[in-house]
Amino acid sequence: MGIEILGLPMMYYIAMVAKVLVAFVFVLLTVAYATYAERKIIGHMQVRLGPMRTGWHGLLQPIADGVKLFFKEEIIPSQASTFAFLVAPLIALIPAFITFAVIPFGGVIEVAGYKIPLQIAAYYDTAAGQVYDINVGVLYILAMSSLGVYGIVLAGWASNSKYSLMGGLRASAQMISYELAAGLAIISVFMLSGTLSLNKIVALQSGFGGFEWYLFKQPLAAFMFFICSLAEINRTPFDLPEAETELVSGFCTEYSSMKYAMFFMAEYANMVTVCALTATLFLGGWNGPLTAAFPLLGPVYFVAKVYFLMFVCMWIRATLPRYRYDQLMHLGWKVFIPVALVNIVVTGIIGYFI
Amino acid sequence: MNPITPIINGMKITFKHMFMKPVTLQYPTERPKVSQRFRGLHGLKVSHSKAKCVACYLCPTVCPAKCITVEAAEDANHDKYAAVYEIDMLRCIFCGYCVEACPVDALKMTGEFELANYHRQDFIYSKERLLEK
Repeated sequence: MGIEILGLPMMYYIAMVAKVLVAFVFVLLTVAYATYAERKIIGHMQVRLGPMRTGWHGLLQPIADGVKLFFKEEIIPSQASTFAFLVAPLIALIPAFITFAVIPFGGVIEVAGYKIPLQIAAYYDTAAGQVYDINVGVLYILAMSSLGVYGIVLAGWASNSKYSLMGGLRASAQMISYELAAGLAIISVFMLSGTLSLNKIVALQSGFGGFEWYLFKQPLAAFMFFICSLAEINRTPFDLPEAETELVSGFCTEYSSMKYAMFFMAEYANMVTVCALTATLFLGGWNGPLTAAFPLLGPVYFVAKVYFLMFVCMWIRATLPRYRYDQLMHLGWKVFIPVALVNIVVTGIIGYFI
Repeated sequence: MNPITPIINGMKITFKHMFMKPVTLQYPTERPKVSQRFRGLHGLKVSHSKAKCVACYLCPTVCPAKCITVEAAEDANHDKYAAVYEIDMLRCIFCGYCVEACPVDALKMTGEFELANYHRQDFIYSKERLLEK
């Protein structure tokens, strides 16, 4: 390991590429199988079976869907703004995936004498003996998740169709409303942690055998953040931008083939990211019993927490009907924002006296 | 009522449903059990190795869809019998009036419901196809 590039050992670059590949492939597989899990879980909640034909109990369904979408005809409407139409799915998809770069999914593991923190955008400084990651990780995530809405708005506008435009408009209005409440909900976490680095936020939750979660200190904020995140990623019951019953398919009405698949992947990748973020901020991230002795347990706990939250998303989808537009706005502006503000004030007062 | 309780109650119900036995029937591999009185494909009953039908024309008369064609003839014993007995399944509405009208109980409706076919001619069921096996 004598070779150094830009002052960093060769191992750093190998570990970086390996982490990126493993995390990306894992997220991609999770996204693919989230569609299967969703259909299966909702099916069983409705006393149906869900997909059963493709492979054993329908296990090959996501692959079959992907292949089918791949071979479908690409349609670009003649009146569409072609460039924006083509670039919109990418704008939706890329932020959904790159958000994962700052989420810590495990502790520090040691490979061939070199310590690797299990977080893509992080680096273990051997001299200082600590992990350095992006110190404004949460801001990065909030920025990226706000970028995703551009894809949807652009798709709605570029399609040159009434339904798509309505979907895009709704998406933007909804995102603005709920981004505020979600942001305010996380602020109360920062007031406790005093840092924006996700790695440190996770480390601060490691007490009590890995159960000193912010969920117990900030239950209201955790609840609000999760609900607002659902609204931000357009999951049911807040899926107004693609409300089939009124808007055909909302912003992706005019899309077909792989471009449609990209929107679909973006939606599920966003769900994975939001669940991972909620797990990191409120459920102690990769913390759990015995993570100090067995560092590889960290990713296992993290994945378990993320999958549990994804199950909750699907559970909510199976239960609740879609909100009406005015109810959505009412919930965002008149309930969540005031409650989040009160939560911040109360956290401040309690924090000042303790 | 506060708005959260109904949501929690709903979530409880969906969670319970997840562990119930699904009602789905995997159709081509699993077969539905049709009831005794199911009105499917018609069948001509057989007695003493020939059809019981005496070609009385009551079934085409009562048929609201006018899908039954009967032509009577005389056999070796000078008995009336149906030389032609055809039911057009594309017109049949499976009302069962023909079965009710039959004075000699020569007609029944079976549990057979897979009547799809490739050609229009194949939907006209002749006497041979309708005779019970």
